[in-house]
Amino acid sequence: MLPQLFFGYFAIVTIVLSIVIITRKNPVHSVLWMLVLFFHIAAIYLFLNAEFIAAVQIILYAGAILVLFLFVIMMLNLKEELSSERFIGEWPIGIALGLSMLLFIFFAIVKLVPGPLGKYTIELVQKETHTKAIGKVLYTEYILPFEVASLILLIAIVGAIVLAKKRT
Amino acid sequence: MDKYLFIPLLPLIGFCINICFGKFFQDKAHWVSILAVLGSFIISVITFIEVAQGKIINYDVYSWVVSGDFKVSIGFLIDQLTAVMLIVVTSVSLLVHIYSVGYMHGDTGYYRFFSYLNLFTFSMLMLVTGNNLLQLYFGWEAVGLCSYFLIGYYFKKQSAADAGIKAFIVNRFGDFGFGIGVFLVFMTLGTLHYTDIFANLDKIQNQTINILGLEVGMVTLIALLLFCGAIGKSAQIPLHVWLADAMEGPTPVSALIHAATMVTAGVFLVARFNPLFNMSETAMMVVALTGAITSLFAATIALVQNDIKRIIAYSTVSQLGYMFLACGVGAYGAGIFHLFTHAYFKALLFLGAGSVMHAMAGQLDIQKMGGLKKYMPITFWTFLIASVSIAGIPGLAGFFSKDEILWLAYNAGTIGKIVWIIGTIVAALTAFYSFRIVFLTFFGKFRGTHEEEHHLHESPGSMTFPLMILAVGAISAGWVGIPPLLGGGNWIGHFLEPVLGHPHVHATHAEEWMVIGISVAVAVGGIFTAAVLYLWAPGLPLFIGRQFKAAYTILWNKYYIDELYDYTIIRPTNWISSRILVNVTDAKIIEGIVNGVPKLIAEFGARLRKLQTGFLQHYAMGMAFGFFIIVSLVFILVQI
Amino acid sequence: MVPLEWYIALSTVIFVIGVIGFLVRRNIIIMLISVELMLNAVNLSLIAFSHYLQDLKGQILVIFVITVAAAEAAIGLAILVSLFRNKAVVHTDKITEMKG
Repeated sequence: MLPQLFFGYFAIVTIVLSIVIITRKNPVHSVLWMLVLFFHIAAIYLFLNAEFIAAVQIILYAGAILVLFLFVIMMLNLKEELSSERFIGEWPIGIALGLSMLLFIFFAIVKLVPGPLGKYTIELVQKETHTKAIGKVLYTEYILPFEVASLILLIAIVGAIVLAKKRT
Repeated sequence: MDKYLFIPLLPLIGFCINICFGKFFQDKAHWVSILAVLGSFIISVITFIEVAQGKIINYDVYSWVVSGDFKVSIGFLIDQLTAVMLIVVTSVSLLVHIYSVGYMHGDTGYYRFFSYLNLFTFSMLMLVTGNNLLQLYFGWEAVGLCSYFLIGYYFKKQSAADAGIKAFIVNRFGDFGFGIGVFLVFMTLGTLHYTDIFANLDKIQNQTINILGLEVGMVTLIALLLFCGAIGKSAQIPLHVWLADAMEGPTPVSALIHAATMVTAGVFLVARFNPLFNMSETAMMVVALTGAITSLFAATIALVQNDIKRIIAYSTVSQLGYMFLACGVGAYGAGIFHLFTHAYFKALLFLGAGSVMHAMAGQLDIQKMGGLKKYMPITFWTFLIASVSIAGIPGLAGFFSKDEILWLAYNAGTIGKIVWIIGTIVAALTAFYSFRIVFLTFFGKFRGTHEEEHHLHESPGSMTFPLMILAVGAISAGWVGIPPLLGGGNWIGHFLEPVLGHPHVHATHAEEWMVIGISVAVAVGGIFTAAVLYLWAPGLPLFIGRQFKAAYTILWNKYYIDELYDYTIIRPTNWISSRILVNVTDAKIIEGIVNGVPKLIAEFGARLRKLQTGFLQHYAMGMAFGFFIIVSLVFILVQI
Repeated sequence: MVPLEWYIALSTVIFVIGVIGFLVRRNIIIMLISVELMLNAVNLSLIAFSHYLQDLKGQILVIFVITVAAAEAAIGLAILVSLFRNKAVVHTDKITEMKG
């Protein structure tokens, strides 16, 4: 009973927070509500026995990406935002498309048949800590994607600097 | 490289050199062409001697298309018929080239003239040496093209340009039938080479084709269609209208093309296809009657014309009628013999007329000439020889060939007798109008202006030399065909026999003497009448003209044939072109499609372009919509 | 126990809210934030599956997704900065140069 209750709280708050995020006039407010959202999502990850991921979520998302957003928003100094139109003219179509997408995926979820179970049971993961388990898999089987991810980050650094520097 | 290849090749090379570099040669441009044709002539003589010794040349030089049974190639068939034609073409062409040096002296397009003459000689040689119908057709069209170039040589003169177009278009009518005939030959026999055609002719002897409900014999149809082309090219009725107007071209052109060579291509065609024509009585009757009627028709028109070149042109039409008459009664050899002699005396008549024109500074009306014989003796004597020859006085060339035709026509059944009578009447008329020219031009008092009288002089050597050579030909060319009756061996008849056959002769020697006697009598009678009317009683022609005014007007207007064609063919065609074809078909239909299709595409594109709004969220909505479509398709098709 | 379907449903709802946010807002910054929202929804679904199928592959993938999201956010914001330098506004209806 208790797990469902906690899950219900987190779920409802997450949904409400997302709706709030997309409807704020001031982008700074949106970003701040996003911070709260990330904490709640990290909590849901904890429910799913993924402590490492929860930590990574908070460190990366809340600590790096959000801060980046805030920097840029404040640098842009958008004052006139507060008084202009929030939604585009065709917003009913957007909402209709979104809701139809929701309907379709719900239809699919109802018929969900999960596949065969793997070997990483909860007990196994809890025996050696989650971090170690992920580390073991990441650095042996998935070493190549790991290296590629590092290259992606390199590209991001170089690209960001090139795109945003002042042309003198 | 056989020497036979050079016979047409040398004039072609001469043409190419002259057309590209003639501008730099200026007055010396004639050397290239004369040397080229001289080379052709020498090789033709050598070839003739070889053929006379029994050699027949038949080979393909270059195969253009070989696909299954269909073979198109450039090839040479030099048998007795071709050898005779080669001599005619190259000798007359050579003499005309030499004549043109004097006649065209000082003309601005000097090199152009010689290059066209060479091109014409090349085309005519390709025509006669070909061993398949396609090469003949190529030569046929090419000589028509050269004729157009040369008739319209003085292109700045409107009448000359018009005459060139008229010649080409009238020829086109004939060539249309000719082309269909070639197609039919290919369709029924599967081949275009002469030897193969003649070998397979008996297979289609009884084949018929159904046209509009009538069963028409295939052989007759093909023969008549091929004859269509001959009608156009050789200016027979009803396509004779172009030859008189073709006199707008320079006189050497008239001599070469419209007397000796191009117009005889039709006779050559009929003679070459004699196995085909022999199989169809209807076709032969058509050929004979067309020839006879044309000769009578043209001779009557020539009686009253005043333009010296036009009279000689109608005389050509009339003599060509004789040749077709001969072919139509089966005497192909006699027709070719007359072609041979006619080439010389007709070319001589034209060149002589050119000499007269040269002296009279371009004057053409014989009513304004007279008494020229004391100013231009060489021209006078050669012209007289030619006129005596064409009239058919015994001893000269025209007598032997014309007589052969009349005798063989007499032997050829009922149709033969009819055309014999017509032919004899035409012989009388021919003698009459030929000597009309002689008497009006060379005898009597000079009827022109004083300045013209002071200018009268004999032509230069380059012009009189060919006249003299041709005069020798006009006298002696007939001696190769002296009939057995008069002591000769009819050498040319026997020479051409392997190719052209020999018609049967039923009548007796007495009848042969009678025929000869009648034709000589009518010739002398014609000359006598001309002398009466134009030499001894000059007022008489005017009196006769006034008495028979209606007949005179019809003859003078050439039976109004040109006007008839104008009303029935030319005006309706112009009307259709300008009203219907330009306004409706061209402007509305074709331009409608050509402009309409891009317009349609542009409009469609303009509508479609509105999808690209440039607005980011619209594109994202498109993606979401796509997701929607695909997933619903999956749901429907897989029936979740 | 919380059934798997609830997690997936939650993930879907967050994803759809992200899509709606992307489609209806004029401000480009909010659009980028909606993209982050969508990525988070996907992460949630991946972790849920990984937990219920007792396989670690999902979590590895989540690490990579987060990495790529970070890179993409950086570059997206860099583009936004250059765009702002040229246009002085960050509204999508002002950047219709690709029209037609």
